[in-house]
This record gives sequence, structure tokens and C-alpha cells, in this order.
Amino acid sequence: MALKTRINAEDGKQDLVITREFDLPLALLFRAYTEPDIVAQWMGTNVLKLDSIQHGSYQFETTDAQGNVVFRANGVIHEFVPEQKITRTFEMENTSFPVQLEFLEFESLSDDTSKLTMHIVYKSVEHRDQVLKLPFAQGLNMAYNRLQDVVSQLN
Amino acid sequence: MNLRRDVFQAIADPTRRAILLLVASQSMTAGAIAANFDTARPTVSKHLQILTECELLAQEQNGREIYYHLNLNKMKEIADFLEPFRKLWDDRFNTLETIMKNYTPKE
Repeated sequence: MALKTRINAEDGKQDLVITREFDLPLALLFRAYTEPDIVAQWMGTNVLKLDSIQHGSYQFETTDAQGNVVFRANGVIHEFVPEQKITRTFEMENTSFPVQLEFLEFESLSDDTSKLTMHIVYKSVEHRDQVLKLPFAQGLNMAYNRLQDVVSQLN
Repeated sequence: MNLRRDVFQAIADPTRRAILLLVASQSMTAGAIAANFDTARPTVSKHLQILTECELLAQEQNGREIYYHLNLNKMKEIADFLEPFRKLWDDRFNTLETIMKNYTPKE
């Protein structure tokens, strides 16, 4: 099945745009960004804090089965207009990645469809490209680890 | 100085993606490719040079003409490259959609 999410990352630019159309009314799409327990479910992380207001902030944390923190991120919400837009920063803690700026725009397409446009600005072209390659690299690492597991079982 | 181009950056440019689409169905000369764009010929040549350097395009001499065609193996390599990032977000958004379709507002 074709992916419904589109990524537009132009050559030599330090930003990218993610767009996605949802089979959801605008109100429900927006709610998925403001209710902590819902954000936790679809982002696959614990939400330690989420103040969805202008000058509010948020903090996410993911732990492994042993309780070790494997991912932690935070940011501040600069602008918050219900069912229209959220402007916020996003920073992964304990990594070399600098903070990024995110412009989220929500729009209604019909009574039961809506669209999200997520414009992300990075510190530099290089940083953007690193972030884009991250899931690819993680996929490679996972494949490599699986390979190692298989190989170690052979020994 | 001619910096070695990143394959990933090569396909991020809209004109270069359009060129790749053009030659996907048939081999074409630089002139035939340039005729499809409003851009100046040297600009198109530069794009062709970059795409060739990263091996996305391959050249083939046919008489006095040089034809460009897609290097499918290299294309497959990049398709796989950006896909994990898109897949990550697509998976998240699919989950969001499923959750919200079953959502009942709190009292």
C-alpha cells in the first residue's frame, strides 16, 4: 500500500516539509497533538509534560524494558492557535543534534478529512541531512544487530 | 574544486528529480532533456553532470551522440535511503489516525 505521508526536502536547504492527509475531522486531528495520553500512544513515548498553550513546554521520554532511558526530548511551544497552528522547538537530549524549529499547520479539507503540514527548520543543511538519514542508519544497525544475533547463535 | 556529491542531495533537487523521471522510460541526449525545461542549457548540463557523478545516470555513446539513461541499481539504493524516514512518520500518523477514529471524548 502506498504511503500517505509525503516528505519534501530540497537540495542544499536546511528545512523540510512533511505533509499528510487524515481521514479525521480537523478537531480530532488537533486533539491528537494536545492530549498527553494520546500523544504518548502514537509517538510511542512517555509524555512527562505537555502544556499545550502559548509559552508552554513539553518533555518526552522513552525507556527500554529494563527502565533505562533510551530517548529523551523536550521543547517549548512558541505559538498555539487551536485547530490552526502550533509553532514549537524540538530538541533531543544527550545527542549532538541541535534544537530544531517546527511549524505545524492544521487545516480542514472536508467534514471528515484534514491535513497536517509540518515545516521543520534545522541549524544547517548538514544537520537536516543527518536527521533524515537517522532512521536509515537505525534500520541498518538493527539489521546488523539481528545479523550478529544470528551469527552468535551459530557459534 | 569538484566536491564529491552526496547521492541523497542529488535527488533532493526538483529539477534533477524531473530529469530522472524523463529518462526513466527512454534514453535521451542532453539536448532532448534540456528541451523539456525552461532552465538555461548550461544549468541542465550541470544537473546532468551531478547525476552522472553520483551514478544515478549512465552515459552511452551512440554514434556522435551521448545518450543518458537511468542507473536502476543506484536508484534502488536511494529509494531505500529516504524511505525509512518517511515510513517512520507514516507509521506514526497511521497510528494517530486509528486511535482518533476510535476516540470518544472524555466527560
